[in-house]
Amino acid sequence: MSAADFRKLADLFPDETVTHSYVQDIALPAAGGKTTDGKDSPGTFALITLDNGLDHSKPTTLGPNTLIELGTVLEGLKERAARGEIAGVGVTGKPYFLVAGADLSAVKSLHNREHGLWMAQLGHEVYSTLADLGVPSFAFINGLALGGGLEIALQSTYRTVSTGAGALGLPEAFLGLIPGWGGVYILPRLIGPENALKVMIENPLSNNRTLTGPQAFELGVADAIFEPADFVEQSVAWAAKVITGAVTPERARAVDPAAPEVSARWADALAAGRAFVEAKTSNASPAPAKVLDVMEANRTLTQAESAELECETLADLMQTHEFRSTVYAFLDLVQRRSKRPAGAPDRTLARPVAKIGVVGAGLMAGQLALLFARQLKVPVVMTDIDQARVDKGVGYVRAEVDKLLAKGRISPDAANRTRALVTGSVSREAFADADFVIEAVFEELSVKKQVFKEVEAVVSPDCILATNTSSLSVTAMAEDLQHPERLVGFHFFNPVAVMPLLEIVRAPRTDDAVLATAFELAKGLRKSAVLVKDAPAFVVNRILLRLMGEVTAAFDEGTPAGVADNALRPMGLPMTPFVLGAMVGLPVAQHVQESLHAAFGERFPVSQNLQKLIDNGVKSLWDPASQQAGKPVIPAETLALMSFGNTPSTGEEVLRRTQDALAEEIGLMLAEGVVAGPEEIDLCLILGAGWPMFLGGITPYLDRVGASERVNGRTFQAAGVASEPA
Amino acid sequence: MSQASSSGKASSAGPRTVRDVVFVDGVRTPFGRAGEKGIYAGTRADDLVVKCIRELLRRNPSLPAGRIDEVAIAATTQTGDQGLTIGRTAALLAGLPRTVPGFAIDRMCAGAMTAVTTTASGIGFGAYDVVIAGGVEHMGNHPMGAGADPNPRFMSERIVDPAALNMGNTAENLHDRFPAITKDRADAYAVASQDKLAAAYSNGQIQPDLVPVATMKPGQGWTVNTVDEPPRPGTSLQDLAALKTPFRAHGRVTAGNAAGLNDGATAALLASADAAAELGLPVRMRLVSYAFAGVEPEVMGIGPVPATEKALKNAGLGIEDIGLVEINEAFAVQVLSFLDHFGIADDDPRVNRYGGAIAVGHPLASSGVRLMNQLARQFEEDPSVRFGLTTMCIGLGMGASVIWENPHHAEYGTAYPESATTQTGAQA
Repeated sequence: MSAADFRKLADLFPDETVTHSYVQDIALPAAGGKTTDGKDSPGTFALITLDNGLDHSKPTTLGPNTLIELGTVLEGLKERAARGEIAGVGVTGKPYFLVAGADLSAVKSLHNREHGLWMAQLGHEVYSTLADLGVPSFAFINGLALGGGLEIALQSTYRTVSTGAGALGLPEAFLGLIPGWGGVYILPRLIGPENALKVMIENPLSNNRTLTGPQAFELGVADAIFEPADFVEQSVAWAAKVITGAVTPERARAVDPAAPEVSARWADALAAGRAFVEAKTSNASPAPAKVLDVMEANRTLTQAESAELECETLADLMQTHEFRSTVYAFLDLVQRRSKRPAGAPDRTLARPVAKIGVVGAGLMAGQLALLFARQLKVPVVMTDIDQARVDKGVGYVRAEVDKLLAKGRISPDAANRTRALVTGSVSREAFADADFVIEAVFEELSVKKQVFKEVEAVVSPDCILATNTSSLSVTAMAEDLQHPERLVGFHFFNPVAVMPLLEIVRAPRTDDAVLATAFELAKGLRKSAVLVKDAPAFVVNRILLRLMGEVTAAFDEGTPAGVADNALRPMGLPMTPFVLGAMVGLPVAQHVQESLHAAFGERFPVSQNLQKLIDNGVKSLWDPASQQAGKPVIPAETLALMSFGNTPSTGEEVLRRTQDALAEEIGLMLAEGVVAGPEEIDLCLILGAGWPMFLGGITPYLDRVGASERVNGRTFQAAGVASEPA
Repeated sequence: MSQASSSGKASSAGPRTVRDVVFVDGVRTPFGRAGEKGIYAGTRADDLVVKCIRELLRRNPSLPAGRIDEVAIAATTQTGDQGLTIGRTAALLAGLPRTVPGFAIDRMCAGAMTAVTTTASGIGFGAYDVVIAGGVEHMGNHPMGAGADPNPRFMSERIVDPAALNMGNTAENLHDRFPAITKDRADAYAVASQDKLAAAYSNGQIQPDLVPVATMKPGQGWTVNTVDEPPRPGTSLQDLAALKTPFRAHGRVTAGNAAGLNDGATAALLASADAAAELGLPVRMRLVSYAFAGVEPEVMGIGPVPATEKALKNAGLGIEDIGLVEINEAFAVQVLSFLDHFGIADDDPRVNRYGGAIAVGHPLASSGVRLMNQLARQFEEDPSVRFGLTTMCIGLGMGASVIWENPHHAEYGTAYPESATTQTGAQA
């Protein structure tokens, strides 16, 4: 078998951006001393550079053609090693990358299981050559190394890593695959089962976190670490010392899985991993559990036996909806579409924003002021009706700055700068020279209209006015303005500093320059903005409340709380509906629900039970203490406040009814033109509600469970976008 | 240990003292041929300096980086990747603490040599304890004279013959001035330079000063450069005879008897004798004296002659006290004019034992420290020599000379009698 035997697979990808494997022979420096005398060289070192010839904005990836080239080069080096011509082989990458991993677009398009199996086998074919060259192999991890990229390093005999390398990891569990090119076999043996699961499970399922070079070294992923300024030189010099025996890498974390105590650690780590996966995903996606299954099995397998299992598992997972949905959500939406918002006007229309006003000095206003000052570094002035409120608002910002400083997140100079940028005033005259004024006052239309009326009397005609309303009509807010074209909705999500989504709301008269400025501000704030038409509750809240409304209705009808609240577990959402309601705050949720009810009627029923809880000051349906203990109960006094119907549903019924409700609501939203397409709905739910990528946001999920067909008679996505091609 | 006191810091209280300055260590990158095919095509000049600074620190682990008081880096063209005050940028890029200052310096070919003498003066004065001094020239990125805007008064008032701005022309002029220096002599000297370098390489005398430099080129991947690219070992007189004389029809100066156009960087570690002792740093040479001198720009190659006379005088030494000479070979004729002046034979074994720039290359502002590295190594190899000279000619008509003492010599650090020739010269 050789890499070239996979030509038929490579032929499916004539347009692959090939990452080439360039080889340079280097005379190894003599070990131990300063001399670089060629005569004393311990031999020739063949250094492979993986390079696609493109700049740093185009990561190197592993497609079939790339793997065949690498495999063929390695086979040639194996022959040279057998002839005694080389003493070692190194692999490194173009600046900033070792390799970013498998070419996901290519893998996603392998809709024939056999082709997927070939892809998995090709990787093993190539990497097994690397692992068995007859001379030691060295990976010099100079930069980003993810998935199959990091597995190249793991399959090498030795590894060095740069202190400047960012983003090292095995994100397969997040993507819907397993680290099946040997990672799942080698890593637990190299760094211990607990650390391996940190890399293979915990990090991928925690917002796809990755390791820095120093963290990877600390975990034992690499044997040596060098600074970027002369990383390749020092790595080659170190390799020479290893080859001559002057240095023997110590691997304190390496384990022998056959040892009894390791066997116990292995089992404990897997049990902890399974609990983690259940808590994070409710096992709604098959991949994380498969990582654990394969690792559990491979403790007693040979590497070759494990390779076979890895290939079969990969071939299965490549054909799952969850994998295709994740690639759609991750590559097409988060990495690409979020950077070019659909419908955003020409950015050159944007006006400069050199000073910002925030009306109100409450908690939301304070969060906004802090965000503007930190990210945009322009003066921010907060106003409120009396000095005490103003002082409290400004005081909140300063206290938050102090916290950031204490945590070392910002420097003392940046803290001084940010503190000085945020001021307060009881007079709206302070907005006279502002370019952008956002209100964060009580969620009541008349209040907001009054605020804007007063602000408009002070500011310049060009000053943009923005509202952070989550449920009121931006159009109605603009009605009595002298310049209604200057009002735009600017809807953040809580907590403002953390949530990456910003819904930018265009009212009918909002002009392009105002909108373009809003998008540029969003970019400056490092938020992903989605353009939304002015419609009740916009996107995220409308969908969340439709979902919560269905579950609450089932509960009110007599479905047991545990059944209702856990009915959506198979979706793997970040939290259950009742927990979400408590987090948002029952009165806030009820308020938005009422405005949606006013707009859309019975699709958004207003729960009388919920109102009773609010009236009695109950903050959560579940008793928080019992909930934390993992056995949630509703306190008897809470239950006593409510009354229930006698038409309970099963969990399956609640799930199906919610799926259908979501399909209906999203279908209506698209028909109303709330956003440009289902992709924007999905992006909003991923970034604004933290919905998992294996659902593809939501529309690929609704398509695959049949809800879209049932309710709308058609799917949201064309076949192949996030699913198997037709 | 020497005539100069090294009692410590100068101050307004009491008489000022001068401290001894020692050469601790020096390294350089392998030199490359300038141009698209050269090993450093696509590599930045500042990165070459960074490799040298980091290697100095690696080789001298007893030196805390925070003890470095100055980083002086020379470059002839101070724009682009050699701009932005390269001593400071290189220090930052090398990872030195931000408390370590740096500056850029320029005296064309004697840039690194001037970086050494300037910072050495600072050490002597008590301003610094430890410094890094070096130079760089990426002549591929910065062709000689690129971006220069010579004042028209040079021409209108005949301050400098415009032809003197071209170094090849000045070398031809030097042949005119000294008819005894023929093209044959120049070529023979050049062949010897190649042969001596090849021998030094095979003896492992060059490699220890080199810092490996990794480079990456499109379509080729990373490699690590560990040897000089310019040398043409095995060059014969016949080979040289066939070369064109690009500066003058039927002239004498060729690409074979001159240094080429090159890329490379050097850096040296200097310290006060006290600081070296305190920090456990090796003493490889002691600075005895230095001098710069101006000559007619049209024959700039003669510069080392008056500079050396002056340096010898400053040291109270005569040329007969100098046991080793490292003279930069911008042109063979320039070396020969120096040797003739001092009555030294063309093949005198004291001169350029490892060959010179004709073979190894001359990345302008970097070369001074290469001469010092090599002199230091020869001192170590030859304890019989007490004093050595590093010297070079400089564009626009200057010379630079630095005289060093060998710490391996039996009489190192003891007083030496003033040279008879110096006394004679002083009386003249």
